[in-house]
Amino acid sequence: MKISKSRKTFIFVNTIFLSLLTLSMMLPFVNIIAISFSEGIAIDTGKVTFWPVLPTLENYQLVFSNSAILRSFGVSVYVTFIGTLINLLFTVLLAYSLSRKEFKFKKACSIFILITFVFSAPLIPTYILIKSLGLLDSLWALMIPSAISTFNYFVLESFMEQVPEEIIESARMDGAGELRTLVQIVFPLAKPALATVGLFYAVTHWNSYMAALMYIRSKAYYPLQVKLREIIMEGNVDASSQDMVVLSSYGVKMTTIIVSIIPILAVYPFIQKYFVSGMTLGGVKE
Amino acid sequence: MAIYSKNQLTIGDQARGSIKKKNTVLDNILKHRALYFMALPGLLWYLIFKYLPMMGSIIAFQDYNLFKGFSGSPFVGLKHFKFFMQYPEFFRILRNTLVIGLYDIIFSFPAPIILALLLNEITKNSFKRTIQTLVYIPHFLSWVVIGGIFMNTILSPDAGIINYFLKILGFDPIFFMSKPSYIRSILITSGIWKDIGYGTIVYLAAIAGINPNLYEASSVDGASRLRQVFVITIPSIMSVVVVMLLLRIGHFMDFGFERVYVFLSGINQDAAEIFDTYIYRVGLQGSQFSYSTAVGLFKSVVGLVLLLVSNFLSKKLADKSLF
Repeated sequence: MKISKSRKTFIFVNTIFLSLLTLSMMLPFVNIIAISFSEGIAIDTGKVTFWPVLPTLENYQLVFSNSAILRSFGVSVYVTFIGTLINLLFTVLLAYSLSRKEFKFKKACSIFILITFVFSAPLIPTYILIKSLGLLDSLWALMIPSAISTFNYFVLESFMEQVPEEIIESARMDGAGELRTLVQIVFPLAKPALATVGLFYAVTHWNSYMAALMYIRSKAYYPLQVKLREIIMEGNVDASSQDMVVLSSYGVKMTTIIVSIIPILAVYPFIQKYFVSGMTLGGVKE
Repeated sequence: MAIYSKNQLTIGDQARGSIKKKNTVLDNILKHRALYFMALPGLLWYLIFKYLPMMGSIIAFQDYNLFKGFSGSPFVGLKHFKFFMQYPEFFRILRNTLVIGLYDIIFSFPAPIILALLLNEITKNSFKRTIQTLVYIPHFLSWVVIGGIFMNTILSPDAGIINYFLKILGFDPIFFMSKPSYIRSILITSGIWKDIGYGTIVYLAAIAGINPNLYEASSVDGASRLRQVFVITIPSIMSVVVVMLLLRIGHFMDFGFERVYVFLSGINQDAAEIFDTYIYRVGLQGSQFSYSTAVGLFKSVVGLVLLLVSNFLSKKLADKSLF
């Protein structure tokens, strides 16, 4: 088939447009990376655009030798790791039991869960609850109240429903209990869904900011996002014990941004493999 | 003979079952107690962390005092609701929330649909995949990072990319963050920038599900590519679009705390503050628990009404609804 002239023009314009759009998303990152590897004088005089000027590792040395930033990084790693385990434990148990046909109250339970999707828990009463549970200013406040995401629950539940009944029944015949069936039969089959949901949870924990803003008072428990926000807004990295001679705070700001997104970029290729299936599963369910 | 007696047995079982219907549920629970036990932590979690706070909204009708608790605090009826209805600041916040929510539906909602349609026209798979991989990335970054990127590398008057190009073209730099008139555009643009790529996933999946025979048949009939988009692609994904739109309207009032808070400052507060950030500022930072819960309750009711009305309209007009 001959391709018409107007079609050719469209393909050309479309390609240019999509490339520009993508570029608009990438240029800021290129700029930040260039700044993070540049010397303070070059940054302050506005010479750095998309390539490092007077290349140096100074900014990274400053960020990585700052104990407050390192500590916040550690807090975020801890919350992400333990928090995701808690998420998976709660979500998997609920999704597995409600996906079994032996579970008689599935309809009622699903409505019970869906209602919370429409009426979100109000902010102040939740705060009062956290306070009366004694979770204020504790890292548990960042993990327990967000133990289940209803969206992720539905993704996992609809996946587990697809596990063939016969496989589970044959495991029963062999005398396996519920927990063993779940761990030895369902887990291996649901691996892609578990990975999707686990990575979704991990990214959410890593990026979460509001919960810490509300529940964490002590600076020692600040997760990285809160610390990063402080650095971006106030621009003063607490570097009292350090040599401040060539410290460009703008360079440090940008470097902290890079450091905070490196873990995300590191897991991104793995997420990308799974999230399309996860999104469409959840989308259909809704 | 053997068959006959077996049938009898079944009839007997059924009769017994209907007499003791109550017990079958109990039997089921006892028999599968492990299964029910496994569901318990999750269901309890919903009860404690979702339903308890919902019930805690009762403090909107009290003068809640942390030390007196729910039972000790006096009921004051609609005092807090009457108070905020007379408060000029309240209508400013209501207007901001509605206007920003409306902008979000007008500009942010169609953006991923258009992008998905454009991506679908790309025939070179490697190029398409590369674009997809890259435009999904911003979705996975936090609002703190997005705010940092926007305020510094994109919008800053001296280091920002936009002003860098403006300078090259000979224009004066624009002080985006210090003019309140820009803030709503910034909130919407940053949202589109973050989620336009990721939002395409649902629509691309819907497009991929369209029967290819439809395209073949119509091109035999001489339909152009553009016509196919309007007669085949868009109608085929319309049901997904309507569902996504209803979901969006259901969360109309929940534009999002974090995405506004990271851009919020004393300068732009009048144009940018929405219910979520207001409740945080007045309720948590100002410790006006009852008053801000009343505001939150008002927000939820408006959101629910919007959802019910749009669901009703969509049922009538497009025969599609969430429930």
